[in-house]
Amino acid sequence: MSFRTLALASACLLALGAGARADSTVTILHVNDNAGARAFWDTIAKDYEASHSGVKVEFKYLENEAFKAKLPTMLQSDDSRPSAFYSWGGGVMEAQVKAGFLKDITADVADVEKNLSQTADDAFKVDGKAYGVPWDTGGVPIFYNKKLFAKAGVKAEDIKTWDDFLAAIKALKAAGVTPIVVGAGEKWPMHFYYSYLVMRIGGAHALSDAKAGKDGGFKNATFVEAGKRLRELAALEPFQNGYLATSHQQSASTFGDGKAAMDLMGDWLLNMQSSSASDGKGLAEDDIGVMSFPTLPGGKGQASDILGGNHAFLVTKTASADAIDFLKFFSQEKYAKAAAEGGYYIPVYKGSEASIKDPIERQIATMLANTSYHQNFFDQDLGPSVGRVVNDISVAVAAGQMTPEAAAAAIQAAADQQ
Amino acid sequence: MTVATPYVEQRRRTNLNAWAAIVLFMPPALLLFTVFVFLPMAEASWYSFFNWNGYGRLERFIGLKNYGYVFEDPVFFRALINNGLIIVVSMLVQLPLAMGVSLLVAERTRDAVWFRLIFFLPYVLADIAAGLIWRFMFDGDYGLAAAITGLFGLQPVYLLASPDWAYSAILIVVVWKYFGFYMMLFVAGLQGVDKSLLESAEIDGASPSQKFFKVTLPLLGPMVRLAIFFSVVGSLQLFDIVAAITAGGPFNTTHTMVSFLYYFGITRMRVGYGSAIGVVLFIISVAFAFGYKRLVMRDD
Repeated sequence: MSFRTLALASACLLALGAGARADSTVTILHVNDNAGARAFWDTIAKDYEASHSGVKVEFKYLENEAFKAKLPTMLQSDDSRPSAFYSWGGGVMEAQVKAGFLKDITADVADVEKNLSQTADDAFKVDGKAYGVPWDTGGVPIFYNKKLFAKAGVKAEDIKTWDDFLAAIKALKAAGVTPIVVGAGEKWPMHFYYSYLVMRIGGAHALSDAKAGKDGGFKNATFVEAGKRLRELAALEPFQNGYLATSHQQSASTFGDGKAAMDLMGDWLLNMQSSSASDGKGLAEDDIGVMSFPTLPGGKGQASDILGGNHAFLVTKTASADAIDFLKFFSQEKYAKAAAEGGYYIPVYKGSEASIKDPIERQIATMLANTSYHQNFFDQDLGPSVGRVVNDISVAVAAGQMTPEAAAAAIQAAADQQ
Repeated sequence: MTVATPYVEQRRRTNLNAWAAIVLFMPPALLLFTVFVFLPMAEASWYSFFNWNGYGRLERFIGLKNYGYVFEDPVFFRALINNGLIIVVSMLVQLPLAMGVSLLVAERTRDAVWFRLIFFLPYVLADIAAGLIWRFMFDGDYGLAAAITGLFGLQPVYLLASPDWAYSAILIVVVWKYFGFYMMLFVAGLQGVDKSLLESAEIDGASPSQKFFKVTLPLLGPMVRLAIFFSVVGSLQLFDIVAAITAGGPFNTTHTMVSFLYYFGITRMRVGYGSAIGVVLFIISVAFAFGYKRLVMRDD
């Protein structure tokens, strides 16, 4: 019922909104973006309209949670289905493909793909078929505070392995510095640790093998070992006080205020640490460093394997040829460079990292460009039902509330129920 | 026969009139009830038999498995206990508190009205806003909790990070937020109590506590029973405060039934599973509402 009324309501809204009718309208549903980025999208839409008369391109925005809640309904309604929409890929996209809401555009985008990052491009394929055009990528490095590292006599260059990392944490603690800040109240920030441990121990295919049920699925030794290592880290009490209730926002402000030495977080932390800091400025760029997650002894993963999100616009089944054409138009070097220069996002267009002005962001973009393997966020890759269980168990294992074995079994149980 | 005819005719006419009234007045109400109450309920029960993530058709019929998963889930039982705790705390702390305060402010004087307003204010606040304010107050680094521990030179306390204590924090907020509502109920009840009864009790030599327990409280009976009804229903509906303060954490120890439904059904896109939780919640609510009305409120 609620779905039906929602669909009806959104259909009415759309009918009201579509006052100016063009011959063909391309609507793109996007999640909320800042004003600068919105202006950027509008420019591209205007450029396209100018060179393609009779086509109107409209960007619509919904807040993140509202977007996720409304999309299933909108996709089912012939009236309110957008031509293309924002996607994190992974399990949700697979469900959309399976339900037949997306269009196979493999042939259309063949000439665009070669310019884009291979990993980002692959992230939006299901069984070798392309359903969207990626444009944004991201990575999760360890951000560190150079001043606090210096105070404790820790050198970032020396942190290569897990043991180096644990040693650094002990040194920071001994110097009276909170080693790590984590917003475990929202759970997903902690799942970055678990994810990286799985990647470093099991290598590139650890997650896809587990999903396919190989070698005991999620109950296999890699996932159990990752839990043990996470507990080993947490047993040193490296996190800020009360970390189990800390929100992501609070954790960013703690880092920005210089009250913790490290934060394993997505590239967006760079902006967020300054906007969330008590003084509104946060750490100076010169005081922030980024490094890769350490490798594990005997692990199959490499230091250059990176965790992070990719974002694309996926094309819906009823989208017109204009919609696909617009996405191809948008995937030009010109716009990728503009996005890089404006700092709106990290474009997937090859070579665009050189246009990024901010040195740290450029460093992350370079890590991404040179990555040996790019893994989508586990909770996106697995889809919400299993993904959120991974978030849950990451916190529970870290806090010693759950054994690594029980955690691995809980993920498998969720996968079985799916 | 001839005598009986007019009687039958009259019967038939009233029957016809009654039918006309039914045909005329029933459809709007029936339609609204069907569209907004019955259909959603029926649809939710239907969904609960499927493994469905909200995308595509209902294809994977799994019978009662979703219900099995609900009853296997320790978080569900924790949520059920948490709902029960709200009811217990409401009866042992919130309602007596509201009763006590209402006795103090039931007078029709200006001061009493001011205090009534002050005590009623938390109830007027939006739940989410109140939750966020309290979340900040409980913060061990910057909040009121930090100020208190700092004052006594104690170690900072992180109430919301403790699986043992986080739910107590929510109970505090629930008591604070809603006791004003019950106070108002009791004030209304007290103002309806016949003063002459209290006066005659006083003349007969009743002590103040005797006056309260033998006269006022029995006369407030319907209000108290109504207040208990509201507190149980409120407990079954509680969501916003949990979402704002803990979002169910740490380790899913602070969920209520509704937040459990939201975080495990909706945000995880397990529509079938969420529907099963909804049906269970619905059965509990209906059983309580009818049972309570029939057994406790039958004379009110």
